[in-house]
Amino acid sequence: MKQFASLFSTIDQSTKTTVKVNALTAYFNAADDIDKLWTIALFSGRRPKRAVTTTRLREWGAEVAGIPLWLFEECYPIVGDLAETIALVLPPNETRDNRSISQWINNLREVYKADDEAKKAFVLDAWARLGGTERFIFNKLITGGMRVGVSQKLMTRALARATDRDEAEMAHRLMGNWHPDDTTWHALIEAEDASADASRPYPFYLAYALENGPEHLKAPADWRAEWKWDGIRGQLIVRDGAHFVWSRGEELMTDRFPELARAVDFLPNGTVLDGELLVWQDGADAPDSFNKLQARIGRKTVPKKLLKDAPVLLHAYDLLEWEGEDIRQAPFKERRALLEKACADLPPDAPIRLSPQLDFNGWDDLHSFRDGARDAQAEGLMLKRADSPYLAGRKKGDWWKWKLAPLTIDAVMIYAQSGSGRRANLFTDFTFAVRDGPDLVPFTKAYSGLTDAEFRKITAWVRKNTLQRFGPVRQVKPHHVFEIAFEGIQASPRHKSGVALRFPRMLRWRHDKPLEEANTLEDLNEMLRIYG
Amino acid sequence: MRHEPVLTFTPKGIYCAAGDFYIDPWQRVDRALITHGHADHARGGMGRYLATHDALPVMRHRLGEINAEGIAYGERLTIGGAVVSFHPAGHVPGSAQIRVEVAGQIWVASGDYKVIDDGLSAPFEPLPCHHFITESTFGLPVFRWEPQETVARQINDWWRTCASDGKTAILGAYSLGKAQRLLSMLAPEIGPILCHTAIENTNAVLRDQGFALPDTILADKDATAKTHPGAIVVAPPSALGSAWSKKFGRQESGFASGWMAMRGVRRRRAGDRGFIISDHADWAGLLWAIRETKAENIYVTHGYTEIFSRYLNENGWNAQVVPTQFEGESLEASDERDNAA
Ligand SMILES: [Zn+2]
Ligand SMILES: [Zn+2]
Repeated sequence: MKQFASLFSTIDQSTKTTVKVNALTAYFNAADDIDKLWTIALFSGRRPKRAVTTTRLREWGAEVAGIPLWLFEECYPIVGDLAETIALVLPPNETRDNRSISQWINNLREVYKADDEAKKAFVLDAWARLGGTERFIFNKLITGGMRVGVSQKLMTRALARATDRDEAEMAHRLMGNWHPDDTTWHALIEAEDASADASRPYPFYLAYALENGPEHLKAPADWRAEWKWDGIRGQLIVRDGAHFVWSRGEELMTDRFPELARAVDFLPNGTVLDGELLVWQDGADAPDSFNKLQARIGRKTVPKKLLKDAPVLLHAYDLLEWEGEDIRQAPFKERRALLEKACADLPPDAPIRLSPQLDFNGWDDLHSFRDGARDAQAEGLMLKRADSPYLAGRKKGDWWKWKLAPLTIDAVMIYAQSGSGRRANLFTDFTFAVRDGPDLVPFTKAYSGLTDAEFRKITAWVRKNTLQRFGPVRQVKPHHVFEIAFEGIQASPRHKSGVALRFPRMLRWRHDKPLEEANTLEDLNEMLRIYG
Repeated sequence: MRHEPVLTFTPKGIYCAAGDFYIDPWQRVDRALITHGHADHARGGMGRYLATHDALPVMRHRLGEINAEGIAYGERLTIGGAVVSFHPAGHVPGSAQIRVEVAGQIWVASGDYKVIDDGLSAPFEPLPCHHFITESTFGLPVFRWEPQETVARQINDWWRTCASDGKTAILGAYSLGKAQRLLSMLAPEIGPILCHTAIENTNAVLRDQGFALPDTILADKDATAKTHPGAIVVAPPSALGSAWSKKFGRQESGFASGWMAMRGVRRRRAGDRGFIISDHADWAGLLWAIRETKAENIYVTHGYTEIFSRYLNENGWNAQVVPTQFEGESLEASDERDNAA
């Protein structure tokens, strides 16, 4: 594990990309294939099957450390990471072991089916043999989530350098449904036929936010505009008579959206679409709110009733592969023309629709489209350069998202709760209320949006102004008013206020506003009426 | 018969009624006994000060003109009905625990302390007592310090690598105590040692008192990477990554603090490298010190007070959290303070 641990430490310690890429490249040049394969798997969030529950791990950790379990549990939120907490409380020792990372993973796999006693013996033996970073990494192998400061981008860059191949090709190879248990370094990285895996998606192209309007983009005629849908970005693959649906986070969602299974009836093999998954009722002229879709995301299998209440469609806006050919390098207007052709014969009940383009002559037209975005249940507009290729990742210049300004409301802070990890000593989670006559009605929580200095300031205030404690939650004196920004508002019978907000966050601490000037429940209901 | 407590915890600070004095008060009082010169212990505006001879020069440097008396470690002084003496706390040069005895009842206010010998401060001396007031800045079992030689090796290795890569190593540390301790750990043969003004000023005060520090160069406006290739620069944390540090050209920054034990903090705050070293006791150090005092009554302040006193209570001590309106040197507060870690 030494080799991997030293790579991990170098990457973990540095904030400089060159240092990280150099360390990775050196590692890919030196390590065994199986260790390299596991390294890219671990750094991209894949992990060995969990052999030990975290409950057991905590108990054993506390036991070996000679501390009561409650004390361990107090330390965990302060440290913020289970694997690290255990590594820190265990008695220190030097590493006396030569197994590589993949060998450790194999050993871990061997105890997967063993009973608790055998697992415990294995874990305690590992703790006795490993010290420092290596012990931490061992714990991470069990608890999962070995994401270090290595983006997919850095990893592909290092792989490209080590293998002398193209970065975009590497990015493509790393995508998809692979796991070290069923592939090899050679098959994944070096083999000639990279598309052997029919499920493999293309890296998504992500847009930058347009802050000050489109005027600086020069000639409007060079650009195409679409609605920016408030759904889930998805890639639909039809190959070899099967279909696959991928999320932007590289999660395979095929089973969550059974509606799309019929895609194979309408699209030829060798077709890959990029688009937005939306809940769209039969005959409706706009999609349902994101809330409806949320119910679908959470389910691995979908009950019939939900399927009927919240039917999902893919609104396609780009074509990446056509007739088995990767066409990402073709200009957007050509891909769009092919996309329109591919969608031309779709029957009205097909689960795929062509996402419309917005017809505009000058930027003024676009401003009016944007003003109407909320009516179309869209978050704003997308602008794409007509002759741009489909790139990988977030690249500036060709794709822009021009979002609506968020909705805002001034609310009173009434409860506070401390954060976790590095913020365990700060109050960062707040509940906000609107006024209703003499009462305050809680309607949302918000966690983010303040600076560290503001969080410290409000923390000091909360400590001095606590009225009551309920476990970790403190009720505070209603005094401070915050401007809360959010992207959408929905009726919600589960909430006392009757509404649920989408992406609420603290936009500003309104020191200038007294309590009496906070918004009311009536104001909130009015927003629900207009935007809900 | 029941004794009145020798020390009580008041809004102004720790108070001794028998001697009518305060220890490390945070509001103006007539008579203040000071454990050490850090800003959260030695404040301005007191009528009279009493501190160790070694602590006074730094206090004068920080607080200016003060009416202060010095006392030697171990010297006994009667104040009213109390017998008072100062004993090494091992925290920073001149730091002391204050022992107060009234009618056979012994209390010790330990201020900030660490239990290992840092080679610079007079080493911590456990004092048998009935009531012990302890800090708990690092009072969790996740904090465990490595031997000083190990950290010294890590720092010197880092410096050497920086120097051979043509980079300046910039090491952030608080200006009183930590910085001088780090200086004494550096291997001067690697290259020149530069100090930021704030630190060099404190160095001068301590050198005057006879503390042995390696030769350092003031990092004034003329000092750059060109004039001092291969240098290490010791600077307050606020100077890391500032405009001031730019003149040292290609550089790596490191930060030395006990908080660096946590990966999250290290990644957020350390710059390029975090070194785990503290002038406070770690978990084992705190427990060792408490055991050595043989005290049954423990008052816990500064830090993870609730957790630490619960642990003590479960293990046979009679521990309580000292109520204070001031937050101790918490992880977040340490950002702005000049004395944590
Ligand atoms: Zn101190
Ligand atoms: Zn202190």
